[in-house]
Amino acid sequence: METPKHPLPPGAGSGGHRRCPFRRQGASNGIPQEGGESLHQLLEAFLSAGRVDHIAMVMGLHPQYLSIFWKTQYLLLRMDGPLPYHKRHYIAIMAAARHRCSYLVGLHMGEFLQVGGDPAWLQGLHCAPQKLRNLNEINKLLAHRPWLITKEHIEALLKPGEDSWSLAELVQALVLLTHYHSLASFVFGCGIKREEDQDVGNGCWAPSPHSNSRAASDGSMGGSGGTDAIQELEVLMERMKLLQEHQLEEEGVTQEEMATRFELQKTESLLVPSSDILDPSLQSNIRCFLEDPEFGYKDFTRRGEQAPPTFRAQDYTWEDHGYSLINRLYPDMGQLLDEKFQVVYNLTYNTIAMHCGVDTSVLRRAIWNYVHCVFGIRYDDYDYGEVNQLLERNLKIYIKTVACYPEKTTKQIYTQSWRHFKHSEKVHINLLLLEARMQAALLYALRAVTRYMT
Amino acid sequence: MDENLLATAATNGVVVTWNLGKPSRNKQDQLFTEHKRTVNKVCFHPTEVYMLLSGSQDGYMKCFDLRKKDSVSTFSGQSESVRDVQFSIRDYFTFAATFENGNVQLWDIRRPDRYERMFTAHNGPVFCCDWHPEDRGWLATGGRDKMVKVWDMNTTRAKEIYCVQTIASVARVKWRPECKHHIATCSMMVDHNIYVWDVRRPFIPSAMFEEHKDVTTGIVWRHLHDPYFLLSGSKDSTLYQHIFKDASQPIDRANPEGLCYSLYGDLAFAAKESLISSDSNRKPYIGDRRHPIFFKRKLDPTEQFEYISSSSALSVFETDVESGSMDWFVHTAKQYALAGRPLAELCDHNAKVAKGLDRNQVAQTWTMLRIIYSSLGTVSSTNLNHSMGKGSTALPLMNSFNLKDIPAGLGSESRLDRSKGESRTENILMDSSSTLINNEDNEETEGSDVPADYLLGDVEADEDDLYMMDHENPHAEEQEYSLPQEAFPLRHEIVDNPSALDHLQDKADSPHVSGNEAETVSLTPVESFSLISISHSLYENRLPSDFFNPIVRDTLLFYAEQGDVQTAVSVLIVLGERIRKEIDEQTQEHWYTSYIDLLQRFQLWNISNEVIKLSTCRAINCLNQASTTLHVNCSNCKRPMSNRGWICDRCRQCASMCAVCHHVVKGLFVWCQGCSHGGHLQHIMKWLETSSHCPAGCGHLCEYT
Repeated sequence: METPKHPLPPGAGSGGHRRCPFRRQGASNGIPQEGGESLHQLLEAFLSAGRVDHIAMVMGLHPQYLSIFWKTQYLLLRMDGPLPYHKRHYIAIMAAARHRCSYLVGLHMGEFLQVGGDPAWLQGLHCAPQKLRNLNEINKLLAHRPWLITKEHIEALLKPGEDSWSLAELVQALVLLTHYHSLASFVFGCGIKREEDQDVGNGCWAPSPHSNSRAASDGSMGGSGGTDAIQELEVLMERMKLLQEHQLEEEGVTQEEMATRFELQKTESLLVPSSDILDPSLQSNIRCFLEDPEFGYKDFTRRGEQAPPTFRAQDYTWEDHGYSLINRLYPDMGQLLDEKFQVVYNLTYNTIAMHCGVDTSVLRRAIWNYVHCVFGIRYDDYDYGEVNQLLERNLKIYIKTVACYPEKTTKQIYTQSWRHFKHSEKVHINLLLLEARMQAALLYALRAVTRYMT
Repeated sequence: MDENLLATAATNGVVVTWNLGKPSRNKQDQLFTEHKRTVNKVCFHPTEVYMLLSGSQDGYMKCFDLRKKDSVSTFSGQSESVRDVQFSIRDYFTFAATFENGNVQLWDIRRPDRYERMFTAHNGPVFCCDWHPEDRGWLATGGRDKMVKVWDMNTTRAKEIYCVQTIASVARVKWRPECKHHIATCSMMVDHNIYVWDVRRPFIPSAMFEEHKDVTTGIVWRHLHDPYFLLSGSKDSTLYQHIFKDASQPIDRANPEGLCYSLYGDLAFAAKESLISSDSNRKPYIGDRRHPIFFKRKLDPTEQFEYISSSSALSVFETDVESGSMDWFVHTAKQYALAGRPLAELCDHNAKVAKGLDRNQVAQTWTMLRIIYSSLGTVSSTNLNHSMGKGSTALPLMNSFNLKDIPAGLGSESRLDRSKGESRTENILMDSSSTLINNEDNEETEGSDVPADYLLGDVEADEDDLYMMDHENPHAEEQEYSLPQEAFPLRHEIVDNPSALDHLQDKADSPHVSGNEAETVSLTPVESFSLISISHSLYENRLPSDFFNPIVRDTLLFYAEQGDVQTAVSVLIVLGERIRKEIDEQTQEHWYTSYIDLLQRFQLWNISNEVIKLSTCRAINCLNQASTTLHVNCSNCKRPMSNRGWICDRCRQCASMCAVCHHVVKGLFVWCQGCSHGGHLQHIMKWLETSSHCPAGCGHLCEYT
């Protein structure tokens, strides 16, 4: 496996011309069509932050989402809230460091200093106040194994004392942590590169990834792969249609079978190679924000171990429970998150690669539920057999890598999955991953908070 | 109706019916697997045994006939998830469905193609609804937005007639049988209680059941016509049957009295009528200056509250205009200088302000503070000189510190009268406190070994000496000329910063006069520190100002106790670090909030902001960090501007242009209220100096004041 490097350096546009067959589709769907709106969004982002970072530029492919994403992040970092500004950025740094995301760490180190944070804290976690250090445990769990969070963790943080957290502060911190964990997934998943000017500080038109075609990655798969890929695509289309038409083809599926399928999905996710080797090239400026760096994602269904009980989605849903709790403790945030989840879940252009007018809802749901499945959340009303039919193995590897250990994402797995999809569509998947992952972690965290409160 | 028939819905989308009358162990009757997603609700028709309705997450509602294998009809909610379905009790064919996006739809079961009507009921998902058992058109809905709303469907547009705000998202609503306005609710998060509301009284539940230890998942009244039994199930794995008379009634614990002071000393008091009528004869605290006014709410005879007697009386006691005047407060607030200059100057300035408003006690305090904290060296040496001059007389006096000595020493009847008159304004509001203090004074007097000949003042002095002392100072100054031999040196020195020459003269004074001097130093009962300082200065030349901290602290506490937080806070700010540690953070915060509150009620925004800025309390400083957003609407298209105050995203125009220089105004923007043209503050000021017409050329004669 390659060491994690940014799969798509902005300069890698050599194959750009080869994507000609798809370019027209790109034009009819992706960027130029909403170019006006997208530009407007970027302008907005630029005005409020003074710069347009690469994240915003990549997300700009989906302006509808970018807008709500910005609002949320703006509220989270710059508007009224229980935590002081510098601590918010520090928490962002802590969260991004968990995934060794130097891009986000760098970004927020700058911001941290800008809002008047103490430069000494940046020397490492050991220099930060105890209160923030206490957050490390929950940060670690949320990043890698959110299902382990219990009400005892919450209790420990809220226990009255010198460095105790208030409930409102904690909820903001939880949102911040999950936001930045999943944003790290997005950064790695899309191969967002550090802005070259990040230290210089101007210039919003650093070469954006979308200007050099992502689809140009055909370059790495050779001619023969092309036909394979097209076949794969056809098969996928066929299956989606089938699923939509005969959703009840197998009437006799019992509850037990459904449960088994979920377990199967969980077990199958083991197939994804998970190398436990710690990256030796880990930059020291990130390492200092890490305690217990070996702690990482671990499949919970390893043989011979007591698996933690499955989280049944209907027991604690975002719409009913999560929203109510967040809105109570962090006003406005619930509303924005709710909107963000909805936008991303319903986002569609009814296209798949070169096909138009396709209902992609089954596919999107499969991806969403697969991410939740990887984190141990199960939907009673979902047939996990669909995941297998719709998501080919390479895509599953990609999804799981990005969602669980994004730092191990390589260009190879990026290009190997969904070879015929447009760049904007891959970004779309990444958005789904980002939000699904965030919701999963938030649900675990909020459930713990609820249990603490009752 | 079939008592043995039961229907359940499952998260995996299955609807099952059970027949409890079945002889076999498996009571399962029918199984419908038509829904693709979680089924949120099933509902039997109120009169048709075999008709069952289901609503699911997949956006469909299905009507089943239990005699058939499949659904009879399907209703599509356009892919919005259905949270609740409910057959109307009165209209045979109608049912209501609530949706995740906040909508409520009414359907006719005979027409599956299209809903009859739709309206938006809540912001966010509507979790539940319930038709009123008697009133045909009433539908209650509960949503995630923590509201319970009652809709009247008889009109062409659904009209919201009642709205109850609860403390958590509403999971279930159920009308109480036989009670037209009562409705029971429970929540799915955080709050475990079941409330029964009277919708006409939405602020306090009329009954409350608190048994459950975890969230309540379902509630139902046991019988259609029995309003006294309520069943509830909960996540704490218990099922309760509540009897209505067991319910706790929050109204009993609510405080039915309200009391509020106005800015000008008026007092409003609302209480139960019965309470007022019995007490009204006494009127113990109503002086002749206060005129009680009574308001009474008339009971609407049509309204019949069962548990509440809601009649209450409101009395307002007005203070007369003059005594209630708070002008001194406003003036003081405006004129005080709190920062930006050396301490001595601040104190002097503030003393002058206080004296200008005839608040001599306060003025005196400021002067004292200046002496203690800034010109320490000179003063203590002065004191030393003094005490030496005084000789032995000073010492016994120090031990027997007595307030009354002061009027005695000053010994002028006319002054007493005057000061009495002057002090009236302040006196009135503090009547009780001053009496209290006087009592203390009297106690101190007892057992004092002060020679009687010092007590020249008459008995009247007793009552007013506290205030008289406030006014001592100006008289003292006057007396400087009329009674040169008494020459109150220390007083003089405080006000005028005397030269050393004065002291030499002082020294020549006779010892019994210097005894008086010692007392005059103790101008006010609280400022006894000056006395003590003298005594100590006998032994030490220079005292660290820390030494006085406890006394200053007591002074501040005294002022705050008297209701004059203004002085307390101002001193606190001026002295800053010098005194801050002496007073515990909470008291400080309390003073600050009270003072800021007062300032804001007098609409002295700038001053209150200054106080907030200067305060050293963390909690107070934070006040300015909250809600710092200013929302601006574009002057062209009237829409809110989202990003910046000067350029509108929609019409792409600069909203606030300066009429003089035609550039965008990014800082202070001033505009004429007549023609609404304006621009940079500086530009407009300059323009209107030379011209009286609007710079925009609209012809309006703008005024700038």
